[in-house]
Amino acid sequence: MQCFIGIDLGSTTTKAVVMDENLQVLGRGITNSRSNYDTAAKVSKQEAMIDTRLTLFRRALADVPGAAGHVDEILADLERNFRRIQFLEQLEDLEATAIGNIRGPRFEGREAAVREVLEETFRRLRDKSAALFAPGARRKSDFFRDLAGADFMQVGEAVSKAAGLPFDLILNLYDKSIIEVENRPPAGEMEAKFLRALESGTMEAGTIAAPVQAALAIPLEETYVVGTGYGRVRLPFPKEHIRSEILCHGLGAHMMYPGTRTVLDIGGQDTKGIQVDPAGIVENFQMNDRCAAGCGRYLGYIADEMNMGLHELGPLAMASTKQVRINSTCTVFAGAELRDRLALGEKREDILAGLHRAIILRAMSILSRAGGVKDQFTFTGGVAKNEAAVRELRKLIKENYGDVQINIDPDSIYTGALGGATFAARAVLN
Amino acid sequence: MSDAVKEPSMLLQKELIARNYDAITSARETGRKVSSTFVPGNLNELLLCFGIVNNLPEINAIQNGMRKLSGDYIMTAEKSGHSEDVCTYVKADIGMMGKGNIAPNGKPFPNPDVLLLSYTGCYTFMKWFELLREEYKCPTLMLHVPYEGDGQSTKNMRDYIVKQLKEVIIPGLEEVSGVKFDIDRLREALRNSARAEDDLVWVLEQGKRTPSPIDAYFGGVYYIGPIFTAFRGTTDAIDYYRTLRAEVQARADAGLGPLMPDGTTLSEQKYRLVVEGPPNWTHFREFWKMFSDEGAVVVASTYTKVGGMYDFGFRHDPDNPLESLADYCLGCYTNRNLPSRVEILTKYIEEYQADGLLTNSIKSCNSFSAGQLMMMREVEKRTGKPGAFIETDLVDPRYFSAANVKNRLESYFQMIEQKRRGGSRAA
Repeated sequence: MQCFIGIDLGSTTTKAVVMDENLQVLGRGITNSRSNYDTAAKVSKQEAMIDTRLTLFRRALADVPGAAGHVDEILADLERNFRRIQFLEQLEDLEATAIGNIRGPRFEGREAAVREVLEETFRRLRDKSAALFAPGARRKSDFFRDLAGADFMQVGEAVSKAAGLPFDLILNLYDKSIIEVENRPPAGEMEAKFLRALESGTMEAGTIAAPVQAALAIPLEETYVVGTGYGRVRLPFPKEHIRSEILCHGLGAHMMYPGTRTVLDIGGQDTKGIQVDPAGIVENFQMNDRCAAGCGRYLGYIADEMNMGLHELGPLAMASTKQVRINSTCTVFAGAELRDRLALGEKREDILAGLHRAIILRAMSILSRAGGVKDQFTFTGGVAKNEAAVRELRKLIKENYGDVQINIDPDSIYTGALGGATFAARAVLN
Repeated sequence: MSDAVKEPSMLLQKELIARNYDAITSARETGRKVSSTFVPGNLNELLLCFGIVNNLPEINAIQNGMRKLSGDYIMTAEKSGHSEDVCTYVKADIGMMGKGNIAPNGKPFPNPDVLLLSYTGCYTFMKWFELLREEYKCPTLMLHVPYEGDGQSTKNMRDYIVKQLKEVIIPGLEEVSGVKFDIDRLREALRNSARAEDDLVWVLEQGKRTPSPIDAYFGGVYYIGPIFTAFRGTTDAIDYYRTLRAEVQARADAGLGPLMPDGTTLSEQKYRLVVEGPPNWTHFREFWKMFSDEGAVVVASTYTKVGGMYDFGFRHDPDNPLESLADYCLGCYTNRNLPSRVEILTKYIEEYQADGLLTNSIKSCNSFSAGQLMMMREVEKRTGKPGAFIETDLVDPRYFSAANVKNRLESYFQMIEQKRRGGSRAA
């Protein structure tokens, strides 16, 4: 079947969307951009293709009487098994790479001992992987680096200690190898992995094997790919396959909410205010200048500074009872202002609430420069997932522009890629 | 970066500029007097009457920007206490002084004998020359040019300027140079100016052709070089513009676009733009390439009018010498109010059949940048053509973000494309 693909190479994450000829989204994929846009593009596309297969399975299972009422469960099971197979393959690659990296003066005379520690560490990681992908297990992240890294720190340290080796030595191998592995997209046929997942699953193989295999047999043709986002020029695409992220965000928002007239996108290092016409065509835009103050990356720095996860910032800010006024959205000054406020005795949650407000105030300024907010208003980008930012935005929109319908799609991070996929489809179908 | 391919007019201009720098740096030996003066509202013809060599600090800042020296100079100025927000032309100049005041020919600039402050529109000019006066302790002659706040000049304004010319500027220059003012010499220079101005206007108006044989912004800054600086009123300028006109005529006849620095011509023109605001000088060729790579040509610009607006009919007039100098100063683009600028831009978009207005907003130039976004909105409304806004700086390399500018430009070009194709086929 024809697949139209949009890839949005952001500064933090890379997103891909696969669409069919009816402009229906078949699959979405995301990965960290890892300063290597080529790999990020490949991995996100692969992830979106995996998701596409799952959609095809869902379609196939819809007609299977035995699966009725259990489709979600079956698919979740299939995906979990698939992810585990993929994870184990990457783990194996990481182990082999790390072992291959045992060389040089710092390992001299200790090669065998280091190798044993690595082998033991990876053996334990493999054992732990079952729990990681067990039904209902909550994973902090789906990126291999995060999954493997967290456990490696814990297990690796214990094994090194028992073997009487400094953990630094092992950690050095990990650091060196994870970059190599991450920059190699998972190998092997996706279809074969799904078949293995099907075999190792707990579900009723008899009922679902035939429809799943039939769905797997549908060839997925990469009909047209459009790239967008910060790293778009790095894509090995001809020029006509590359679209500006501003146009892609405008069109993507229109595809999600056809009534959209104003779009705010807060990404890793860009904040964009975009006006679109009823057909999703960009009429006007404004964005931050070279300074990335108040963009997603700013929140990243704050999270690091507070020793918290990025996703924990919003919930903590929501617990605020008093707003601290933060003057600077400058990423460089952020740490200093934060420590300054802490030193004055302000609470972390109150400072965070102030920081979120500061970001949104800056976005409001960009929006007003872009011609204000019109009904309907769609908020996209990574920061749209942050509830504290959304709360401030709602407040300020209401204060400044009155009652405006505010759309925030749970998949809003894919807006740019969705616009790209739509451009891809239109390039062929129109 | 490879050396730019140059046409005869460019080589001629290069030679003129080199000759002027040599005249400035050898002034102590030749006994000539040196003035420092600004581009908008400069009185070059008058200086010629007194044999005074004209040194233009703005042009030095541009030269230093293009030669990648300004970043260092600006930081030198900041070290001596000039804030980050101050006009970067000023800081590049002050920093150059701190670093030995070396001219592009490698020789030190002599101290000026007079600061001729015939400023128009930009109030930073006054502060700039206050700093220079403090440094050089030389006489300052200030010609106050009233701002065209109501969109037009009045007889009063003109008389006021003429009075200053008679009572302050001319006697002052006589004193500095020891040369008696000869109005016939001025008339002769003005006659030369008008001839060169005719050819310049002809060249700029070729932007109305399709394809345009000129780029009225990136190419335009070369076209205005001689007439905006030390050569207006000379026969050298007449020769330059005659040569330039012949080159543009030849390209127009052949259906070719403007010559690019790499020697190619930009004949495949997908987008025709009007540009408001000065260019960025530190990344000039890279900036230009962002346009030419996408097939964008600038058909008209306002920056090429900062040192005089000739395309609406004004010419220096030998029959009314002092009055025409007054009209010249009053009419420079920098001295026009916001509604007049909107009208000029609207007219350009319509007459040059442009796809839209691009504003290059300069970080450190409040004088140019204030109100630009409002102007753009108004022009969009009047013409129905989309506008776009980019932000760079004159000569501070720290303010140029290539990825950001490229992103906005590409978005703008694709937006124009999308609008052309219409809603149903938005690919």
